[in-house]
Amino acid sequence: MVKRAAAVLLGLALLGASRLHAADPQLGQSILLASTTSVENSGLFAQILALFTKETGVSVRVLAQGTGQALETAARGDADLVLVHDPEAEAQFIAEGHGIARRQIAWNDFIVVGPRSDPAHIAGGRDAVAAFTAIAEARTPFVARGDKSGTDALEHRLWRAAEIDPSKVGDGLWYRDIGGGMGAALNAASAMGAYTLSDRGTWLSFGNKGDLVALVEGDPRLLNRYDVILLDPKRHPEAKQEPARRLADWLASPEGQAAIGGFKIAGEQLFHPSADAPK
Amino acid sequence: MSAAGLWEIFNTAPLWQIVGLSLGVSLAATALATMAGIFLGAALAVYLFPGRRLLVILANAFLGLPPVVVGLALYLLLSRSGPLGATGLLFTPAAMVLVQFILATPIVTAFAHRAVENSWGLYGGALMVDGASRLRAVPHLLAIERAQILGAALAAFGRTISEVGGILIVGGNIAGYTRTMTTAIVLETSKGNLVLALGLGFVLIGISIAVSAAIFALGMRGGRGW
Repeated sequence: MVKRAAAVLLGLALLGASRLHAADPQLGQSILLASTTSVENSGLFAQILALFTKETGVSVRVLAQGTGQALETAARGDADLVLVHDPEAEAQFIAEGHGIARRQIAWNDFIVVGPRSDPAHIAGGRDAVAAFTAIAEARTPFVARGDKSGTDALEHRLWRAAEIDPSKVGDGLWYRDIGGGMGAALNAASAMGAYTLSDRGTWLSFGNKGDLVALVEGDPRLLNRYDVILLDPKRHPEAKQEPARRLADWLASPEGQAAIGGFKIAGEQLFHPSADAPK
Repeated sequence: MSAAGLWEIFNTAPLWQIVGLSLGVSLAATALATMAGIFLGAALAVYLFPGRRLLVILANAFLGLPPVVVGLALYLLLSRSGPLGATGLLFTPAAMVLVQFILATPIVTAFAHRAVENSWGLYGGALMVDGASRLRAVPHLLAIERAQILGAALAAFGRTISEVGGILIVGGNIAGYTRTMTTAIVLETSKGNLVLALGLGFVLIGISIAVSAAIFALGMRGGRGW
């Protein structure tokens, strides 16, 4: 009986292992791209990376994390390439010797979203700092990411520009740091009738907007740049340098740029290619 | 959810790949944990050695191991800058099997220990009089307690198929590679596709029930023949 049971268990383990093997799409080379949830969740990668793989035979595994976490993953040597959107954190990453050859490949913008009823009366404004000030004065709920992502970093820069420490305004309970991704923040804002800062890509592809609408846009401070950074081969010899460079080159190439610009949701373009004319 | 939407969920190739990976990871982890857990549990029940009580207490205490903590510890071990970085296992299905194996082994160990200890107390003396060594007595004890052992394996499968915190950290939820049912549900929820996420949840529950029922039925049928 025990022998038979052991045979069944061994069979199960092998069956499981065969499933794992079947799941590995390793046709030729594969690289690991550490990127942000805002790009992955929009569906951009699913559409454009297939073109790259078809052309080069290099398959790309996308790890979608906040910018801070993606840079940390790469700094630990666990990724081959990064594509993120926080200029300050990127500069630090490069200064610390992890990355070389930063290239901007696309841009879009951030928007302030909030409930249709708009209790802080910010709708139609173009000044993000003025909008943040109005939200703080009205003490209407605001959902903060608090996850060291690129969006989180910009939000903190905007509060600093407004000379406001949101957690110290009133009882601070209106400022709700959820410690989650953009999607989680939008879900929370939708449920609480709160304001939040979102990148446009995630916003357009988000499926649970409920009562939320875009209220403030067009402030130059709300520019959202996406950069691709290669890892320094001296610091990270284990990174797959050559295929990573091919992907970075392809993203900046006319073909890759056209693919990025051609990605639309409900007729709206999510990312504007900018390799030739960085914003 | 509309019928068309449901059909779309079922009809997409990635769904079957995701289901396959979910089952592959959790079945492999369950099978390995069952083998290791039976071995450990039986050893703890029939052999006397220093530290035995401590190990029994630990096995029971680890029933509540938080998956995110195990995942994080494994992440730091498997990272390129960690001690096991050279294995290149981080962000692979193998790392996911490993994290679930660590979570499931204490379950089987604790259950198997209790079961074997119980029958050892009842029949151990008789088996030893018949000339069986402790090692040779174990298969007989396991056969007597097969229903408990089967329950332990089912509990381990339940833990692994539903787990998300650990595999998210060491697997990375990479599309087409380390995305399972549970991590896909987390992702679709974060994308605001709540209906799709719930649909995937029902598929997961259905699969989990079907597999558990199959394991249970097979175990019981085998039991009668034994």
